[in-house]
Formats: sequence, structure tokens, C-alpha cells
Amino acid sequence: MRVLVVIAAVIVLGVGATAYALRTPEEIPVAIEPGPVELSTGRLLFVDDASGKVASVPLSSPDGPRRVSSLSCKRFFTAAKQGLCLADRGGPFPGSVAIFVDQSLTETHRIDVAGVPNRVKLSPDGRMASWTTFVTGDSYAQTGAFSTRTGIYDRETLLYQSNLENLRVPGMKRAEDRNYWGVTFTEDDHTYYATLSTGGKTHLIKADTTDNFAKPLRENAECPSLSPDGKRVAFKKRVPGDGARPWRQHVLDLSTMVETPLAETRGIDDQVVWLDNDTIAYGLPGEGIWAVQANGEGAPRQLVPRASSPSLVTG
Amino acid sequence: MYIATARQAPAAGGTGRIAGNVFALGAVSLLTDVSSEMVTAILPLYLVLGLGFSPLQFGVLDGIYTGVTALVRIVGGHAADRWQRRKLVAGLGYGISAVGKLGLLAAGTSATAMGLVLAGDRTGKGLRTAPRDALITLSSEPSALGRAFGVHRAMDTVGAFLGPLVAFCLLWTLPARYDVVFVVSFCFAALGVLVLVLFVRDHRDVLPRVAVSLKSAFGLLRSRPFRRVCLVTCGLGFLTLGDGFIYLLLQKKLEVDVAYIALLPLGTAGVYLLAAVPMGALADRVGRWRMFLVGHLALLGAYLLFAGTSGIPLLVGVLALHGLFYACTDGVLMAVAGPMIPDELRTSGLALLQTGQVLARASSSVLFGALWTWFAW
Repeated sequence: MRVLVVIAAVIVLGVGATAYALRTPEEIPVAIEPGPVELSTGRLLFVDDASGKVASVPLSSPDGPRRVSSLSCKRFFTAAKQGLCLADRGGPFPGSVAIFVDQSLTETHRIDVAGVPNRVKLSPDGRMASWTTFVTGDSYAQTGAFSTRTGIYDRETLLYQSNLENLRVPGMKRAEDRNYWGVTFTEDDHTYYATLSTGGKTHLIKADTTDNFAKPLRENAECPSLSPDGKRVAFKKRVPGDGARPWRQHVLDLSTMVETPLAETRGIDDQVVWLDNDTIAYGLPGEGIWAVQANGEGAPRQLVPRASSPSLVTG
Repeated sequence: MYIATARQAPAAGGTGRIAGNVFALGAVSLLTDVSSEMVTAILPLYLVLGLGFSPLQFGVLDGIYTGVTALVRIVGGHAADRWQRRKLVAGLGYGISAVGKLGLLAAGTSATAMGLVLAGDRTGKGLRTAPRDALITLSSEPSALGRAFGVHRAMDTVGAFLGPLVAFCLLWTLPARYDVVFVVSFCFAALGVLVLVLFVRDHRDVLPRVAVSLKSAFGLLRSRPFRRVCLVTCGLGFLTLGDGFIYLLLQKKLEVDVAYIALLPLGTAGVYLLAAVPMGALADRVGRWRMFLVGHLALLGAYLLFAGTSGIPLLVGVLALHGLFYACTDGVLMAVAGPMIPDELRTSGLALLQTGQVLARASSSVLFGALWTWFAW
């Protein structure tokens, strides 16, 4: 009798869980146009929410029909008509793969990376590639034991640094709890900005791949993104608040070190991109891709619904 | 006076039958561990990738939870003894944790709500451990107590082994559906509670009606053998590195891909799972206290391997010794202490001992963590 009750419970719970898992969320249809996705000037590239694949629209009509490719990515970035896709590797344990693609999104090279995809960026001329993944270590021990892995790959010398960890930061103690994320390269292809977290605080650092020295510029700044003219850095700054995404996007003038909060008040958890020297674009989970002025004025406007990880083909 | 019933020397045998109650409690622990380890394995991913919390926002509170759990353990143990309702208190603990799985879904993106749900989950774990172990001691023949705990811990570890695998396979087939993982985790936990309700029998016979108070629980420490067990356990607990550190050291020394740290605990669990019953039976024969102390030598051996070996021998050696350490100490300690405590205070006494051990290990973790952070090994 008792055994029958347990068997009945197994069946009921099993059916219930299966029904829950198979329940499909309502899809909001978006218009799709046929045609290849190519890295041609003026196209805004992004990851399509519904398919998880790289898609594009012309920046002149971003809410119009989109072209969808067959390349699956969590994050995608394009510069100098080359693309870098950070995708899930597949398999029962988390892992990523960085896929380099040419103008027609054909794969040219790939690198396996540990952890879950988070950020990806190319230098303006496409030579330096960098990415960040999240690694959950000891699943059995403490909750929240989390670290970031940030890799840098030089496509000219083929030098690959799988994790930034040996950076020397004068004036800062060498501690084991250092984490780096969100690299953004300057035009010289060796100077870059990134986030360094240690002792519960985040720092904006300026570092160099040639000597592995880094200099902290200011506290409380994450996911920097350098403007096309190289004079300003957009970053997210932690603000007080209960809940996920307690950030406000700011722009820092590197010559005066004056920061300006942007008009977007929703928390942005993204490494934003610059569409030009006056506009940044970013993804908001479930709300698509938005743009806002970089000088703190104006109001945010939606560019592409049902999409994330924007980047613009220029030049 | 409290040790009147206690301290029969371990009988030569250790071949007695394992009680049905022990198997039932083992099944409950197995199901519950599948449930909780599923969540533990993916919670960081969920918080950071699913909800967008900063990677460093969680984990800090771990120390606070440990403190809460310690307090709850003592109170729960006392309640179980006062009303002699171990099954009820344990069931409450299992139930709270089961409901908590659904709470994870309901908490949404509020850090406060998430913190409360996680604290609730730890509370449930704190409540159930001591009454469960007390039931095992009360249901088993004293001569086979080590083996009984071995059986229970082996079943428990099967759950810890399966949980992460189930969770990752679910996320593999249904990408980013953390909610499904929580729902499935709830189902396992609910089954665990059901098995407890239907199959576990409380021991409510032969009750010497002694007034049970918190004071009498702490009064157990006046008995020399029990006090010695508590002190030595705390002392050794303070010298024990947390599991996380062992895996981190292994990863650093072997330079294995960080992704595979998640697999290292499976090595420890595998050895523990296989060795728990034989080591428990051996403890019944050669003396459980001796076994408990020898178990710590296995851990010391694992530490020494870091100094002396490298490569595959290091990996296999450390995981084997680490698993053996658990097999020789975890259940065996309860089998040591159980018979020293009179039946009517059994749960309080075990709760006291477990709390001491947990606090000692937690302070060792905090201390070692601070050293690790500031002196970059």
C-alpha cells in the first residue's frame, strides 16, 4: 500500500514536471526577411532572442525585418568586417568556444574556452580578440564560488593568453581573489582597459599586453567600452538597490576623469557598444536592444526588439 | 548520571541486521541530496547568468548562514527531545527545504528574497540532521552502529553524486531553463518527504520521563567521555581544510582546466560511497573512536601528498584519501557519540556535537580563506 502511494507520487510528480518543462513560452513573432547575413557597412549585428543565432538589420531601419544566419552565439562582436562569436560548447558541463568568422560569417578558426560565455570584443582593426567567461568552481562546496576567466588572443602573432592573472598592478597587493573581465582595446592593439575585481571592489584598469603592467584608474567601474575616438570610456557603475542589475551606465572622460550618468535608468548588465562618438547601444534582458546619447542627455530608444549583444559594422 | 546507559565497549561482532528504518532514512537522504545538490550545482549560474547578479554578490553570506544553522540545530535537537518527536522535527526540516525549492522561483530578482530563501534552506538542513542521526542510533543494534551509519551515508552520497549530473543534463537538454531544474529538484525533495512520512518510524517506546531542558542538553558536557569527544572533534575540525580549498589546491597544482573542478568532488564522493559501509563495519570491530582518529590521518596523508607528489598519483591519491577520510569519520563520529548519550537526550547531544564541529570547520575556512586571499599562495 505504502509502496503504491510512492509509485503514484512518482508518476504524478514526473508527469507534472514534464508538463512544466514542455510548456512553451508565448513567442512574439518578429518579421524575418530572407537573405544572407554579411558583415557589410551600416548593418547592425546582434543575437536573435528566438533562435539564438546571429542576425542583422540595417541601422537605418533597426525595427524592420531581420536577416537570420545559421551561426549560434551567446555573444557576438564585429570590427573591421570580421566577427567573433562566443558560443556554448554543448555537453552536460558548461564550456564555451570562441569562433572567428569572416565577412560572410564563415568560420576561420576556433578556440575552446572554459566556463560560460559572458563578454567578447575585438580591437578596432580586428587584430586583438578578447573574451570573458564565468567559471563555477566547486559545485559541492560553497554557493557563489564564482570566478571570471578573461582570455586575449593576438591574431597576428597567434599569442594566446588563456587567462589574465599575471598582471602586475603597482600599489596593489597580489591577492588570489583577483578577477578580470570586460576588456576593451585601444587602436594601438596593445593598450587596453578592463575591470579588475579584488577585495569586494571593482576597479577600472588600464593595462598593456607588452609588459603585463596595469594601472588602476578609478574604483567602482565595470565592463568598460572605449569610444571610437579613444577619448572616453562607457562603463557600468554599481548603485545601491535590492535585486539583480544594480548598475547605472556612465561615460568617463579619460582626460578630465569626469563621469556623466546616462539617461538610461534601468540597470544595464552589458558591455555596451558605441554606434558613433555620440551614441551607445546595449541589450536589456527581455526588452531588446536600446540606444542612448553618450552625453547624458535625451531619452533611451529601442532599436531592435527581441535581441541582444549588438555591434555595428563600420568602415 | 547522563551516561548511565552508555559506553558499552563495541561488541566483537558488527554483523547484526541493518534496520529497515535506516534504509528508509537512507532513501530519504538520497532523494533530498539529489534535490539539494542539483540546486547547489547550478545556483551560481542561475544567479549570475539567469538573473544578472554580480558574481561577487553572493557567497559572502555563507558565514552568516552557518551561524544560523548552528543555532537552529541546537533548538531543533532540543525540541525533538522535549516532545520525543524526532521524526516530526526531521520532517519539518525536510519539508522546509522542499518548499524552498519553489521559493527560489518565487524570489525572482530580489536579493533580499533570495537570501531569505537560501537561509530557509539551510535552516531546514540544520533542523533535520540531528534528529535523523538520533533515529539511526535508536533504530540500530549498538554492535552494528558503525555499519548502520555506513549504509546511511553511502545512500546519502549516491544522492550527492547524482544531483549535479541530473542538473547539468537538464540544462543541457533545456538550455537556460533553470526553472525546470528547480521544479525537478522540488519533486525529488517532495518524494523524500513522502518516503519519510510513510516509511520512517519514530522511536517513541521506553521513555524515561525525564524533564528535558536546554540546560540538561548542555549538562551532557559534564560527562567526561562525551566532553572529550566534543573537544577533540572541534579541535580536529579546526584543523580541517574545507573541501573547496582541497579542490582549488588540486586544480592549481595540476593546472587542470577550471571547468573540471566541478568533477573533482565526484571523485571524493565515489570513494566515500564505496568505502562508507566497509569502514563502518570495520569501525564496529576495531573501535569507532580509533577509526575516527585514523580517518584524520588519511586527511593528513592527503595534505602530505601535495608536498610529495604530482600528476595523476597526486590526483588519485588525494581524492582517494579524502573520500576515505569521510568514510572513516562522518558517520563513524555519530556512532561513537550516540551510545554515550541517554536516549531521551540523544538528539540534543548529537546536535551539540555537530554544531561544535560545524562551527570549528567554518572558522577554519574563514581563517584559511583570509590567509589565501591576502598572502597569495
